[in-house]
Amino acid sequence: MADIKVPSPDELSQIKHSPPLLKGWMSTPTVIKPGTYCYGAQPKNLEAVGFPNARPWNPLDADWKLPDNWKTIIIEGIRERISRFRSFHIFMDICVRCGACADKCHFFIGSGDPKNMPVLRAELLRSVYRREFTTAGKIFRKMVGARDLTEEVVKEWWSYFFQCTECRRCSVFCPYGIDTAEVTIIARELLNLLGLNIDWIAGPVANCFRKGNHLGIEPHAFKDMMDFFLDEIEGITGIRPEPTFNRKGAEILFITPSGDVFADPGTFTCMGYLMLFHQLGLDYTWSTYASEGGNFGFFTSHEMMKRLNSKMYAEAKRLGVKWILGGECGHMWRVVNQYMETMNGPVDFLEEPVSPITGTRFENASVTKMVHLVEFTADLIRNGKLKLDPSRNDHLTVTFHDSCNTARGMGFFEEPRYVLQSVCNNFFEMPEGTIREQTFCCGSGSGLNAGENMELRMRGGFPRANAVKYVQEKHGVNMLANICAIDRAALSTLMEYWAPEVGVTGLHELVANALIIDGEIERTTNLRGEPLGGETEEETEE
Amino acid sequence: MRLENFLSNRKSAILNRWFDRTIETYPEETARFLKSKKNRFANPVGHILSQELESIMEGLIKGIDLNTIRPCLDNIIRIRAVQEISASQAVAFIFLLKQIIREELEQEIQENRIGKELLELETRIDELTLLSFDIFMQCREKIYDLKANEINKRTVRLLQRAKLVVEDTPETAPNQF
Repeated sequence: MADIKVPSPDELSQIKHSPPLLKGWMSTPTVIKPGTYCYGAQPKNLEAVGFPNARPWNPLDADWKLPDNWKTIIIEGIRERISRFRSFHIFMDICVRCGACADKCHFFIGSGDPKNMPVLRAELLRSVYRREFTTAGKIFRKMVGARDLTEEVVKEWWSYFFQCTECRRCSVFCPYGIDTAEVTIIARELLNLLGLNIDWIAGPVANCFRKGNHLGIEPHAFKDMMDFFLDEIEGITGIRPEPTFNRKGAEILFITPSGDVFADPGTFTCMGYLMLFHQLGLDYTWSTYASEGGNFGFFTSHEMMKRLNSKMYAEAKRLGVKWILGGECGHMWRVVNQYMETMNGPVDFLEEPVSPITGTRFENASVTKMVHLVEFTADLIRNGKLKLDPSRNDHLTVTFHDSCNTARGMGFFEEPRYVLQSVCNNFFEMPEGTIREQTFCCGSGSGLNAGENMELRMRGGFPRANAVKYVQEKHGVNMLANICAIDRAALSTLMEYWAPEVGVTGLHELVANALIIDGEIERTTNLRGEPLGGETEEETEE
Repeated sequence: MRLENFLSNRKSAILNRWFDRTIETYPEETARFLKSKKNRFANPVGHILSQELESIMEGLIKGIDLNTIRPCLDNIIRIRAVQEISASQAVAFIFLLKQIIREELEQEIQENRIGKELLELETRIDELTLLSFDIFMQCREKIYDLKANEINKRTVRLLQRAKLVVEDTPETAPNQF
């Protein structure tokens, strides 16, 4: 934390306090078009978790079937949140509209729509806050940037707060430390009070609440899928790992996003987990109930996030494990690190995690009792506990995408790079300003990785893809590694559009390819069935 | 060859106007951003636009085969194909060049010194526009492919397990590259 740079008075004095933007935005109507919005939440998915105003609705219709007292619900909703969240209250008041954040949003850069400037997106909500909660706004109205709350305003909120991935890149540049993602989080909560969610979020929330994972996969199907992976692993290595499920008394509970179990290319990462744990002889278990590391509740309300988060800990308690190991996921870690303690803590029935292989005590996880697999693996490598042959990944020239939540949310920069460079020989960074704390979002986070909003996703992901394309052309990069399930799914599609020929992989897929397992047969292919190693160093490009 | 000389001499003026007119289709604040930020990673749209417009113009002046200009056009149109603009707006920037050249070379045209060469150039610009439309359509079709492929990827493993589809061979599996 000591590295945080507080702006000096000189720097602050450089900020132009004359609003550079915001001209005429109030009179610019919002148009909701196919390709740029996600389908509205289906009533069954709202009913499943007791969310209000469950009814069929179509965002393209004029009538959104809001409850009669919708205005009161919103105003009271804002009032309640101002009193509950001091940060939200401050963020509503202190923005000086300097515009430092304006051109930092991937959606603005890719779309060119000024309402995607974080300052203006937040202003959509601030303008109503001013009108209803500030004296100046009540009296001077438009002169001080206040406006009435109308149905059109609500529609505008819905459109633009679901064009923000809560990635927080803008907040890195705000001289006042405003976290615009929190503004989006609250705005989505308010919309949720009117039943205005998107189905790509509401569906996974309902599934996760009832069946333990976003896809609603039941225990037998979950295990069946694992068996399929074991077949594949056995075919490649001659070794068949023997994972256990819902086993009481295991030392560690392992939880990963269900995307790793069911969606390519995350499935290869999942095979990587199984192979690593087998080689370590880890005393761990999977759960078919807490079978989801992601938490889409985070994109609906604090309460829903808490409800979904609690199941991981309930399951850990039920099974009597000592601590939890978490797979490669993004927002799961933001939820755990940022909210866990006050939400579901204290977790006094678990122990401070200690690696059974190296004896390393993970003091950073003493509160949450949950360790990120990449930290765990980095520690194994640092202590010389893994036999690795990075040349098996020589057919790959790899770059690393910092996932917003692990990078900006956790400050998790070095561990994944350390692991990556231990398991592959050809690694190139993307340019400064596009990685680490300034990383560009995949454009599909916070529940926006639906199919129907593909154009929007391609716009939002363009700054990321642009940097990948640069290293593709300069260094021959053909693989984009990351440690987030949404990234694995979303970046694959993004690359197909912007930088064809660049594949996407989870870190532990590469680890498993390089990992020498005791007693394995000589491998001829990697986990994707491609010949190992390939020709090395045959770049003809500069 | 006279036209080539005139265009080469006025290249930067023409390019500046072409860039400015192209970004006029964006809201004022956005146009200001696209023009002001020079960093290619902070402002990829502005960077690609200015770089590729220049490449296209150079190609036109030198009479290079249109297919070699294609990647430059692709870089611009790939962006515009997913932005909030119509198909006609997405490719309209090519037509702007005709008008700008006529304005810039007004005197030479009035003196009737480059009429035939100008007609030839404008025909090439028309061809470029047709090429642009092909690229635009390819980008749009790609978007529809991506939508369909994602659905396929999400379910293919389950369908395989349920024996509802035949197993993919390594050559046809969706994630091969």
